[in-house]
Amino acid sequence: MRPLSSLTPGERAVVARIDIPPDQRGRLLEMGLLPGTSLELVRFAPLGDPVEIKLRNYHLSLRKLEADKILVR
Amino acid sequence: MKTFTVVLTGNPNCGKTTLFNALTGLRARVGNYAGVTVERKEGALTGAEALHPVTVLDLPGTYSLSPQSPDEQIARDILFQRLPEVPAPDLVVVVADASNLQRNLYFATQVIELGHPTLLVLNMIDVAREQGHEIDTEALSKALGVPVIPMVASEGEGLDALRQTLRTLARTPGTRHVIPREFNELPEAFGREAQALETALESHFPHRSRLAAAEALLLLSDERALATDKTSAEGTAAGGRYPQSLIDQVQAARQRLETAGVDWRSAAIEARYARLFAIEQHVTRETAPPGELLSDRIDRVVTHRVWGLLLFVAVMGLMFQSIFWLAKYPMDGIEAAVDALAQWVGSSMPPGDLNDLITRGAIAGVGSVVIFLPQICLLFLFIGLLEDTGYMSRAAFLMDRLMSRVGLHGKSFIPMLSSFACAIPGIMATRTIETRADRLATILVAPLMSCSARLPVYTVLIAACIPQRNGWPGLTLLMMYLLGIAGALGMAWIFKKTLLRGEPPMLILELPPYKRPMLGAVLRQMWDRSKLFLRRAGTVILGINILLWFLATYPRSSELDEQFSQRRAQWKHSVSTPPTAAETEAGLQLDHEEAGEKLRQSFAGRLGRAIEPVLKPLGFDWKIGIGIVTSFAAREVFVSTLSVVYNVGGDGENTASLAEVMKSERRSDGRAMYTPLTGVTLMVFYVFAMQCVSTVAVVRRETNSWKWPLFQTVYMTSLAWILAFLTYQTGTRLGF
Repeated sequence: MRPLSSLTPGERAVVARIDIPPDQRGRLLEMGLLPGTSLELVRFAPLGDPVEIKLRNYHLSLRKLEADKILVR
Repeated sequence: MKTFTVVLTGNPNCGKTTLFNALTGLRARVGNYAGVTVERKEGALTGAEALHPVTVLDLPGTYSLSPQSPDEQIARDILFQRLPEVPAPDLVVVVADASNLQRNLYFATQVIELGHPTLLVLNMIDVAREQGHEIDTEALSKALGVPVIPMVASEGEGLDALRQTLRTLARTPGTRHVIPREFNELPEAFGREAQALETALESHFPHRSRLAAAEALLLLSDERALATDKTSAEGTAAGGRYPQSLIDQVQAARQRLETAGVDWRSAAIEARYARLFAIEQHVTRETAPPGELLSDRIDRVVTHRVWGLLLFVAVMGLMFQSIFWLAKYPMDGIEAAVDALAQWVGSSMPPGDLNDLITRGAIAGVGSVVIFLPQICLLFLFIGLLEDTGYMSRAAFLMDRLMSRVGLHGKSFIPMLSSFACAIPGIMATRTIETRADRLATILVAPLMSCSARLPVYTVLIAACIPQRNGWPGLTLLMMYLLGIAGALGMAWIFKKTLLRGEPPMLILELPPYKRPMLGAVLRQMWDRSKLFLRRAGTVILGINILLWFLATYPRSSELDEQFSQRRAQWKHSVSTPPTAAETEAGLQLDHEEAGEKLRQSFAGRLGRAIEPVLKPLGFDWKIGIGIVTSFAAREVFVSTLSVVYNVGGDGENTASLAEVMKSERRSDGRAMYTPLTGVTLMVFYVFAMQCVSTVAVVRRETNSWKWPLFQTVYMTSLAWILAFLTYQTGTRLGF
């Protein structure tokens, strides 16, 4: 298992665990980012943060701070 | 005759607004929901039968029924029938993006579960097809238990079918019975608790028993569903707060679930997505392997390390330049027209106080509102285009890193940039920021960016005080702009650390596919938003302008009138025909002197003198004090007031002659008044001081309270005084 933010652009992975406190991750789950969801890291923003991922056939952007706490395999 | 109410709902970026415009033909009424700055869009269905009118209400885009922003809260409250101003919907039309089926169905199935008569519009089937997904709408309809209408709203495909359905339903209201349906295979323990809670809700709120099952599910799994806050309508009669017994019951149920090892926050979400995944597999046929989409190709350039940033700078530059320079022409035109109108009215009415009130109070007041229109329209045009094409979220994506340094969101960038032209459109543009704390922080600091109204103040002070050589004038101007930026970012950082602290909100930003903007809709939206400004802020601005006119005009002194009419009679008596240049000049001088003397005698003049002790430590005298008092309406008034105070003539056009007079102005001890130090101190004061009633009015409107605009005025004025004090005192110590 490694953090989502350690993927390289174009790399695909599956969410294993989300280490964001339960009371803060509600919206993330509702957007379909759940354990077991497969995703692709599309790119990092030009200034290095945030990251863009593709999941369930749409594009979503998260800060690295959160991407560090999403573990994938 | 009862109107058939259709509520249109769906995720952001699902094409809902395009559909709404197509259904109502761009003749919607736009306003706000009571007490919040959430846009309310409502229109009559075009082509509806005269006897069976249909009203369509467009709800704000929503990702789920557990709201994260005021927009989403309004949408939830309407769907839960908690908003007294909105009747129970006769039909809910959920719009879903076919190319993003699972996440769109997440919300759609939540809505279907509410038990309203519901219809699903499957929009953008062309995009889905292009990506190789063929969706069987029959099968989807069967799986969801509601009719499904396939559509390409931007091309008008499927519109007739929808319109026909709406017409039929409007003719026969109440004939559609909905079989409640759930899309969760919940863990058994969770299902049991939900069932018990449903029964309790039914007995507590019999008038909305239809919603009980869905509400039970939300209460159990949404942390914040129990909390009632001021912005929601839950406290009102129609909603009713949850009774304590119910709150206790929910908390006990959550406790039991935790003991049983069920995560009550995520169980329902996971169960729903599992079901949706299965539905999608069942109804979709893959026709082609997904290739790279056009939108993805565009994004490779737009978010590129080099090209993306260059493009961003170019877009922002174009936008800023248009607000700054392009708006100048219509603004000059409006100013000339207002002046001409005032002149005409002034000369066709008998002179006197009423004449003065109408020309210099009312007409000038209206002018000071309308003058903002070109900038506001242009900014909203740009924002509309950026939003409609999908570039807005890329701009936030690009800028988030910079803005997050001071604790703000990427979306704060555009409001801050716009504030260079004018804080009013900038503050109105903060509506795109969902998080309340971020939005407030942006509103609080936006007026610190040097707006175009400060430019005349800087210009005249630089001309009067700064050595006109070695590039000093330009450098000084640049320093003032930089000071404003530093002040805004610094204060944003401080506010986010103190007053507006709280959970650092996560950035969860969707990057929707690019699309061609619909110009008609963008223009329409621009006009609607501008009208809101005129209606809501305009009245306050007009009122305060009239008040300031009163302060600058009264009390009248008959002694003074007498004195000047005598002098004027003398001048008339001695003047030769035709008058020589010197005599004309003397006559004008007399007018200027009279205006100056009257202003000095007025309440505003007295106020200027009264605040002199406060201004003395900054090196200002009472004449500057009058300028500061009158320019509370708008900063540029400072220039015209000084012109009157120094007897130069009040039109303020003549910066050069005003600067000359200011240069020769002496203090009581004979030193020059307008030294470089005085100039810089005064400019520092104007960088930070609020000095703009229009901004106050707009902030009051946008925050829906007097608390924030008052706080903002106090903090900015204090900051202005302290920094001007430090500048002046340090400067004097250093011997300037």
